[in-house]
Amino acid sequence: MIWINFKRIVHSGFTNFWRNGIVSLSAVLIMFITLFIIAISLFSSALLKHTLSSLQDKVDVNINMLTSANEQDVLNLKTALEKLPEVEKIEYVSREQALNNYRERHKDDERILSALDELDENPLGAALNIRAKDPKYYDNIQVFLNQNQPAGGQNTIIENVNFAQKKQAIDRLNTIIDAGQQFGIVITIIFVLLSILITLNTIRLAIFISKEEIHLMNMVGADHGYISGPFVVTGALYGIVSAIFVLILLYPITYFIGPRIAPVFFDMNLFSYYVENFGHMFLIIFFSGIFIGAISSFLAINRYLKVK
Amino acid sequence: MIYFDKVSKTYDDDTQALRSVSLKIEPHEFVSIVGHSGAGKTTLIKMLLAEEFPTDGSVFFESIDVHNLKKSETSKLRRRIGTIFQDFRLLPNKTVYENIAFAMEAAGRTDEDIAEDVPYVLELVDLTHKAYSFPRELSGGEKQRVAIARAIVNRPDLIVADEPTGNLDPINTYDIVQIFKKINDLGTTVILTTHNRGVVEEIGSRVVTMENGQIIRDDQSGKYVL
Repeated sequence: MIWINFKRIVHSGFTNFWRNGIVSLSAVLIMFITLFIIAISLFSSALLKHTLSSLQDKVDVNINMLTSANEQDVLNLKTALEKLPEVEKIEYVSREQALNNYRERHKDDERILSALDELDENPLGAALNIRAKDPKYYDNIQVFLNQNQPAGGQNTIIENVNFAQKKQAIDRLNTIIDAGQQFGIVITIIFVLLSILITLNTIRLAIFISKEEIHLMNMVGADHGYISGPFVVTGALYGIVSAIFVLILLYPITYFIGPRIAPVFFDMNLFSYYVENFGHMFLIIFFSGIFIGAISSFLAINRYLKVK
Repeated sequence: MIYFDKVSKTYDDDTQALRSVSLKIEPHEFVSIVGHSGAGKTTLIKMLLAEEFPTDGSVFFESIDVHNLKKSETSKLRRRIGTIFQDFRLLPNKTVYENIAFAMEAAGRTDEDIAEDVPYVLELVDLTHKAYSFPRELSGGEKQRVAIARAIVNRPDLIVADEPTGNLDPINTYDIVQIFKKINDLGTTVILTTHNRGVVEEIGSRVVTMENGQIIRDDQSGKYVL
């Protein structure tokens, strides 16, 4: 009997969706907007994440070594730093590499190049360029470096760490990242909640139209589950149809917008992101549609079922 | 079979719809409840269907106190009562066939039963040719015959009809009354409310007259006196 009832409820839900064409169309339209806002939130969150991580990638701390520093000591320090969980990547720049980089940077400045040529020895020390997993961790790395100073306070290999100069920028970036993430979450929640509320009201209106029908179903002795079931199925169908429209429409939209806004967002192309993450996006939008539609219908119809 | 025991109903705005009404209806009876608008006829019917709750008193269907049931039990009780309304109350997005089948589905009947019984009752109310029409495509008389078919398809113990001819012309009214008489002849108890003298006289059975929420007459002979 449960199977027969389930079959009848689903069939009735589909029939209601089809036969109530105008009501279904308006509900699908509103659900479409809701799901589209969810999709925009997903894209915005991906853009924000990409932008922030690109900004993070641009921040590193350089430890400049003394010219007298022994290469093995520098490499030992590199190994010690690599063991820190906060460290993402360390790049070792040898003295020769540093000199080559310097020459490359000033290749158009004859004066500097000829001054370098006149020196007997390479004036540049080696360097370690450290990138932390999170800008917050640079403080810890600084503490580690301070704690690992040779006894007597006489540093034998490090000339300077440009942490202090970059600290202000790092702190500011940390603040921007935190604020950006919090702002993103709050805005997403507000938009999603607002659109769910609008959907709930639209479906409530659609069910209000069927108020008499629900009353009659009560009067012929239908169980509440049997009355509300088809409405919940119809609500889920609003979500499914809207989700399909949103997923289809996102393809040309991201195709058009993607390359145009990529330069602003550190080369992140929304179209490529959509294609690569289609499975993920599909699941979120499709099941959000079903969930919002079904729950809205369930809540709306319960109001009319409270009457015995 | 049905017993209203000193039932009173006072609404929040102090309107007294029923004043200590006591009424007993035996199985297989055909009872017409008559009275002016606002006399309390519909409230009395609503009490029986557990759609309204009494301020005082009790309503029994057989030995069941209808206002002392859980929701699921109320649904089961309503499946034993076929209800017909003045405004037909058909499901607008279902065909005639589906409207009748819905009552059977709600009662948990099988697809085979539905396929067998719905055509039978459609034939009984002479609407076989309209089986796949929607309510909006039917005349008032046809709509009411669909409502009757829906009410009788589960072979209920009782048919309750609240002003079933209120929206019908005299010819359709006559047809509907004949159907009710036939249903009663087949052994089903019928309670019908009306303020149509012709209907009461055509039925010619027990008449309960109400005024200001009270029963003022109870005649076995089928007279409409107001």
